[in-house]
Amino acid sequence: MKEKIRIASGQGFWGDLIDAPFNQVTKGDIDYLVMDYLAEVTMSILQKQKNKNPDLGYAKDIPELMKRILPIINAKNIKVITNGGGVNPVACAKAVMKVAKELDIKNLKIGVVIGDDIKEQIDELVKNGTPLKNMETDESISIVLDKILSANVYFGAFPIVEALQKGADIIITGRTTDTGLTLAPMIYEFGWKNTDYDLLSAGTVAGHILECGAQSSGGNFLGDWQSIPDMAEIGFPIAEAYPNGEVIITKHQNTGGKVSFETVAEQLLYEIGDPKSYITPDCVADFTTIKLDDLGNDRVKMYDVKGLPETEFYKVSCSYSDGYSAIASLTYSWPQALTKARVADEILRKRLANLLLQFDEIRTEFVGYNSTHGPLAKQINEDDINEIMLRVAVRSHDYKSVERFGKEIAPLILTGPPAVTGFAGGRPKPSEVVAYWPALINKKLVQPIVEIMEL
Amino acid sequence: MKIKLLDIAHGRSGDKGDAANVGVIAYDETGYSIIKKHLTVENVKKHFEGICLGKVERYELPNLRALNFLLHNTLGGGGTVSLKHDAQGKTLAAALLRMEIEVEEI
Repeated sequence: MKEKIRIASGQGFWGDLIDAPFNQVTKGDIDYLVMDYLAEVTMSILQKQKNKNPDLGYAKDIPELMKRILPIINAKNIKVITNGGGVNPVACAKAVMKVAKELDIKNLKIGVVIGDDIKEQIDELVKNGTPLKNMETDESISIVLDKILSANVYFGAFPIVEALQKGADIIITGRTTDTGLTLAPMIYEFGWKNTDYDLLSAGTVAGHILECGAQSSGGNFLGDWQSIPDMAEIGFPIAEAYPNGEVIITKHQNTGGKVSFETVAEQLLYEIGDPKSYITPDCVADFTTIKLDDLGNDRVKMYDVKGLPETEFYKVSCSYSDGYSAIASLTYSWPQALTKARVADEILRKRLANLLLQFDEIRTEFVGYNSTHGPLAKQINEDDINEIMLRVAVRSHDYKSVERFGKEIAPLILTGPPAVTGFAGGRPKPSEVVAYWPALINKKLVQPIVEIMEL
Repeated sequence: MKIKLLDIAHGRSGDKGDAANVGVIAYDETGYSIIKKHLTVENVKKHFEGICLGKVERYELPNLRALNFLLHNTLGGGGTVSLKHDAQGKTLAAALLRMEIEVEEI
C-alpha cells in the first residue's frame, strides 16, 4: 500500500481555467488528476448536442486537453478521473483513444462508467410504480414526462474504483458525484471497504474541498481577499491523502493563491444543507466532525471526520423544457442615471402591457445600485451615481411574447430618457428555459456498468 | 456598542435549488460566540426581508466556528429558471455581512 497519494483538482466546472490541469501535471508531483465538468445545466446542453450528433454529448475540452497532457501523464504515471463524459462517455473515450493513437502512446487503458443515463427508461419506471417524485414538491414526474431533456443518476466512487482495479489509466464517467472522483483513488489505493464510513466520509470531504477548483485555494475568497497572492497564477488545490483518513490540503509550490484554514473553511460551507448529513451514494458525511489545522506554508490538515452508512437511494437529476426567457440591458449616464433607468423601465412595461403580451415574470434590476443585494442596497445620492445599467428579464411559456419583448428594447434609445447607450449585439433572442426535477431512485433499480477500452 | 459582522466574520454562499445557502465563519472564538448568539433564525430572516421569501434554517458548525443558513424561496425559482442577475445567490454571503450587531461582549 502506498504511504500517501496526491490527488489534484484540475477543473471546478466546465469553462474553468484551461491551463489548470496542465499546470497540475507539470508544476509538481501528483498521482491523480480529477476533473469535474458537470453542472445541472451542462447535462441538458450535452443531451441537445447528442440529439443532433450521436458522437457528441461530452466535454469537448477533454480530447483537446489530452493532446497536451497524455505524453506527460503517461511518462509520470498519473491517472486521470473525470465526469466529463457527460451523456456520452463512450464517445469521449473513443475521442481520447484517437488522440492517443495520433501521439503514438502505448499500453493505454481507459475505463468508462455508464448506466447513469435513464432517460429512455423513465416511462417504464413510472409505469412500474416508480413515480420519481420531485424531492421539493412531491409531484410525480408524469406531469413533465413529455418535456424531459435529460435524466441521470448520480453514481458514487465505487464504479471508478472498479475501473481502477481493472487497470484503467484514465477513467471517464457520465453523471458521477463530484466528491466520488476524489474519494475513488483513496478507496482503491488504501483498500478501504464500503463499510468504512468514517474513511469514506474523510475522502468525501476532501472531494468537496477539491470539487470547485481554486475556490478552496484563494479564489472567490470573501475574507481578506486582497491578501491572496498572485491570483493570476493561482494554484489549484491538491489533496495529499493518507490511509488513516487524514488529508492535507495544499497546492504546488511556486503558484499563486493561498491554502489556509479560512480558504478551506469557506469551501466547506459552500452549497451545503444540514452539515450533519452530507448525503452521497457512498456515505453520509458529518461536516460538524471535521477538524482543520492550519500547518502554514499552504498546508491545512483535515482529520477526525466521521460519517454514517449510505442511504438506499441514488439521486436522479432530470431536466425538462419549461418555456422561454430573454434578458435585455441599457446603460444610462449621469445626471439622474437611476431616475432615467426607472422611467425607461416604466415606459417599457407600459408598452408590453399595451401589446397584451403574456409573461410569467418580468424582473427589473438596476446594475450599479441593487442587482445583487436588493432591498439591502444602501440609499444613494443620485448626484453621486455616474451610470446605471437597466437590466430587464422576462420569462414566458409563450415564445412570441418573449420574442416581441426583444424588439421593444432598442426603440427606448430614441423614444425614452436621454444619455443612453449599451445596446449592442442586436435584439435579445428567446432562449429555452431548462428546469430541474430532482428525485430519488432505489439503488436496486439502476446498475453502473464499467467498460475498459485498450490501446 | 455596534459592530459590523464584516469585521468579525467571512463566508460563502451558493444555490441549492430555489434555496440559497449562506455560510458564515467567525475569525476567532469570541466572534463565534457573538454570531452564535446574534445570528438567530429571526434576525437573519429579518435581515433578508424582501429577498428571502420562505423559511430560514440554521445549522451550527462549532468545529469551523461557523453557521450555515438555508434561505428558502430566495432565488426566483432557482439556477436556470431564475431571472435574477445573481441567480445562484453568489453575493448573499456578502449581503449578510452588511449586518450590524449590538454587542456588550467586546
